[in-house]
Amino acid sequence: MVPPSSWLEKVACRWMLPQGTLRPEREVQGLTDGYTRMKLHNMYRILKLGAKSLWAHRLRSMLTTLGIVFGVCSVIAMLAIGEGASKFAQDQIARLGSHNIIITTVKPPESANASESQQGIVEYGLTYDDVQRLRDTIEDIDVLVPLRRINQNALYRNRRVPVEVVGTSPNYTDIVPMKTLQGRFISDQDMDYQQSVCVIDSGVYDALFVFDEPLGQFVRIASDYYRVVGVVAADAGITTNDAAEQGTAVEESDTTGGVAGSVYIPLSAARSRFGDTEFQGGSSGFSAEKVELQQITVKVLGVESRESLMERVVAVRDMIDAVLARWHEKKDYQIVVPLELLRQAQKTQAVFSIVLGSIASISLLVGGIGIMNIMLASVSERTREIGIRRALGARKRDIVVQFLTETVLLTTIGGILGIILGAIIPMLVSHFGNMPTVITYSSLVLSFAISAAVGVIFGLYPAYRAANMDPVEALRHE
Amino acid sequence: MSEVMGNNAVSEKQVVAEVQKLGKTYHVGGSDLHVLQDIDLTFERGEYLAIMGPSGSGKSTLLNLLGCLDRPSRGAYYLGGQDVSHMDDNELSAVRSERIGFVFQSYNLIAQLNVIENIEIPLFYQRVDAAESEKRARELAELVGLSHRLHHRPMQLSGGQQQRVAIARALVSKPLIILADEPTGNLDSESGAEILELLDGLQQQGTTLIVVTHDRDVAMRAHRIIHLLDGRVEKIEHNGHKENH
Repeated sequence: MVPPSSWLEKVACRWMLPQGTLRPEREVQGLTDGYTRMKLHNMYRILKLGAKSLWAHRLRSMLTTLGIVFGVCSVIAMLAIGEGASKFAQDQIARLGSHNIIITTVKPPESANASESQQGIVEYGLTYDDVQRLRDTIEDIDVLVPLRRINQNALYRNRRVPVEVVGTSPNYTDIVPMKTLQGRFISDQDMDYQQSVCVIDSGVYDALFVFDEPLGQFVRIASDYYRVVGVVAADAGITTNDAAEQGTAVEESDTTGGVAGSVYIPLSAARSRFGDTEFQGGSSGFSAEKVELQQITVKVLGVESRESLMERVVAVRDMIDAVLARWHEKKDYQIVVPLELLRQAQKTQAVFSIVLGSIASISLLVGGIGIMNIMLASVSERTREIGIRRALGARKRDIVVQFLTETVLLTTIGGILGIILGAIIPMLVSHFGNMPTVITYSSLVLSFAISAAVGVIFGLYPAYRAANMDPVEALRHE
Repeated sequence: MSEVMGNNAVSEKQVVAEVQKLGKTYHVGGSDLHVLQDIDLTFERGEYLAIMGPSGSGKSTLLNLLGCLDRPSRGAYYLGGQDVSHMDDNELSAVRSERIGFVFQSYNLIAQLNVIENIEIPLFYQRVDAAESEKRARELAELVGLSHRLHHRPMQLSGGQQQRVAIARALVSKPLIILADEPTGNLDSESGAEILELLDGLQQQGTTLIVVTHDRDVAMRAHRIIHLLDGRVEKIEHNGHKENH
């Protein structure tokens, strides 16, 4: 046995030593050799004793522990699943960029422009003038990226895939960090000269270029050929689609279904090649929509602290709203601030965690009550043992310690099993349910601490009952 | 004789325990029930006493008082030179574990513990360290002739063997007095005789032994037989010849 550190021994001695110890004053028979002070070693013996008693009723102990196991397990699993769901949402939002403000075109309600639609062309949305106005009026804007999306087919040799053509400016990469796999992104020169160049993402690359290297090749979109100057990693597109669960509607033309990927071309080229009007043929004639830009993404100037960033982003958002409102009577745009969404998601997460945690805690409570019930039964069943121990010199405190040890042993074992099970269940959910889960260390520590505390709280009363039995009565008990 | 206490070095008869005017009253349903009254007794070192009496005579109550399981309503009880009649629960627990050994009719061993561990119980509550207490438990197991059964559970032993474990347990902390409540009551005559032999041997080594019994044969082994009737000492028999009290 390792010699225990002295302070620990001192504490243990003060706690365990009886006030009524007689041995030192004993005069009649000299028996000084046997008396040694309480050592930490005794804690080990007490634990061993508790384990032995629990082992004597294996099945009962196991069933009792199950309550705690499932309690702890459900606390951990629920928190992990909740945490995972919210982390997923937060990651999605964070990808939109915390410095960004996203302004998107929204198609106004049909009734408002019923008369116009009869004339054939519906005109709405953000315009090139808006871009200029925002750039001129708001100081805190660092980068401003207009975006035009057109769904078209891209052709190369005999291959043809539907793609999303994104007309944008070269500083698009300032807003969406992109990984360039080959070549380069659109340059200022491309923009100025309306060059027929394009940058494809890896989705399009995989779909079109099976044998050839794409750089320098020409891809046909509609009636024009575009020279491929770069390849970027997919999944970098910036849309508010991901945040759709936050209640954000995005313009209808942006249908990602069935699209192989994105093809980026200079915005100026997009305007001159495709124009602003989109025609759609239908059974009831045809309709046309004139939309200049689908999206304007604004990045505000950097600030050190998160708080002032929030203030600035909100201020810029308000300014943008004020500027646009003067020119858009129909309210055909929408402003999304990812940072705000993030804050909201975090708040929701906090509430979510509390709700899930308290539901799970109730099961821990139920487990605790079950343990108390069993311990009370065990105390009355072992009345005679208590009487024997009292007759042989156990103090009340010894009896309390004995029964409390058993309860705490039960709950901590239950806690450990619960933690193991609680760690496995989220893994299974992630694996089979395709749902992200995050097990936080705090939930492990919390639920373990709670289970130990449950042991102490629900063990105290049975232990107290045991200790306060009259030894004479207890010995007579059959 | 009744004031021999403390450091009486001259006397060869060393008084181990003494009760003076001991009484116990229970309050039952508003009326007082005097279970024991005016008991005066002195127990000497190495003495062998028997307590006899019909049911309801107060034998059990006297045994509980002598065993410090209960506190008297009146009178004083000196055990090893200290008045234990006003001690608190913790002090009484210490007294029980260090100065008193109990032998019960139904052995009262703890079922989930083996022989060694059962013998060790009093030492456990005296915080004797594990190695020392195991050593002493082994010695006593040998003394009562159970050294080949150290790791058996009580259920695996015969009644006589169980009672021997109980005697070893009573002796392990070298108590001043051993209180035996019908020690042979649950045993057949053969193992009962063995147990009585064992107790005789102990007494010859200087342990004070107090046996409560119904059995005249058991009582006849004692130096003195105390007869209780209706909570009072009726008479004390001295080694065969009677003496009125």
